[in-house]
Amino acid sequence: MKSEGKKRIWAEYQKEIADDHYFYVRSCIRQSFFPGSEQFFLHFLGDVLGKDIYENPSHTTCTGIGYHADVVPLSTIMTVIARHYALMKDAGYRHIVISCVTSFGIYTEIFETWKHFPEELEKTREYLYKATGREFDLPESMTHTSDIIYKFRNEIADRAKYRLVNHETGEPLNIVEHIGCHYSKMFPKYGVGGAEFPNVLGGMIEAWGGNVIDYPERRHCCGFGFRQYLVQANRGYSLSNTTKKFSSMKPYKPDLVLTNCPGCTMFMDKWQYTIREMEGTVYGENGESIPVLTYEELAGLVMGYNPWDLGLQYHMVQSEPLLRKLGIEYDPADKFKTKDGRQMPLPQNLINA
Amino acid sequence: MEGFGFSVLKERHINYDANDKSIAEYIAEREPSFRTCIECGCCSATCTTGAFTNFSLRELQILLKRGENEIAREQISKCMLCGKCILVCPRGVNTRNVILLAREAFRKLMKNEV
Repeated sequence: MKSEGKKRIWAEYQKEIADDHYFYVRSCIRQSFFPGSEQFFLHFLGDVLGKDIYENPSHTTCTGIGYHADVVPLSTIMTVIARHYALMKDAGYRHIVISCVTSFGIYTEIFETWKHFPEELEKTREYLYKATGREFDLPESMTHTSDIIYKFRNEIADRAKYRLVNHETGEPLNIVEHIGCHYSKMFPKYGVGGAEFPNVLGGMIEAWGGNVIDYPERRHCCGFGFRQYLVQANRGYSLSNTTKKFSSMKPYKPDLVLTNCPGCTMFMDKWQYTIREMEGTVYGENGESIPVLTYEELAGLVMGYNPWDLGLQYHMVQSEPLLRKLGIEYDPADKFKTKDGRQMPLPQNLINA
Repeated sequence: MEGFGFSVLKERHINYDANDKSIAEYIAEREPSFRTCIECGCCSATCTTGAFTNFSLRELQILLKRGENEIAREQISKCMLCGKCILVCPRGVNTRNVILLAREAFRKLMKNEV
């Protein structure tokens, strides 16, 4: 009886992730700052696993940043999301795959709003029809891209060229996994492991041979918090969050920070530069900062893709220390070259380069 | 580097166990009424210094008891020792003596005598 009870409780923390036929919606931040991540995701699902994944060029921003900044009203954002569902219906898909954690939070929040306030759903149907003449159906499943990589983590492990171990010592790399607040803290049932045991990134790290670090501020906000960074005078709040988090993880000597939220990746990456400039503090070993990667970038490295094709050079904190630990061969001369071999302008002040 | 327009905010957690409460203990030993303060703020309300500066005897009592001595040390020299606070204190705390003892304790602390 006890065992059955535990299984039943644990089942509530599991998430059904669709196996095929995905309707993909992009992320504003990811396609701007980590373009290799989305490209790898589409390539891996479509070309490597042979799954059916579709994206519509008419898809727009979810307006989530505007919503959290109080410039986009709830009824407007609900209509925007309804339009995305209409595009999905037109294309004949039922499983939506959301690339951004902010968008994921928006989609789940609106889905739950419509569930508890059906009159809002009817109003949105009316707004959308009057504005565009479109109609929509609710999705069968809502999945974040990290859920999909989590689902296929063993397929990636089977194709791995490198394991997440230090190739000189043979020790597993110490990896901090940071999960976006809007992924599982708002509506836990939509995340793998819920808010209490989010295993979406930890599962990947373990499958690929790394060691997950448990540190005091593990579930602390990264510092992104829309209202904190949008106004310059408030950015100290954002920066202080990040400082607290990095100070807490520093004694555990992390080799890498892995995140599933575009905002977390951006801020944990770029604030390290800011803190170094302001206070001279670095959080990695040997005076280096800690590389912050997305799960697709890490999956790509594990599978042996060229780090510069994955777009690692577009981070503020460069990944060379990590590449050296993993024993990945790379050509520094190719770092800022286009596909056809032309040299791009070289950025200055890169960290760890 | 200048020009960010924002900065890292200092941690506001108070670690009671790590703080040094020797000043408060020094005062309480010599002026036991220090312990009976209920932080009502009557002393601050009547304080002449407090009317013109940000000095607050009530805040000072709390800071000393928490062991946040650095801020207390900055504040304590502002008191003019007029003693109006003693007249209004509902608990009969000899506040004037508290200030004098605190100053004495800080002086001795400098010489490692507390």
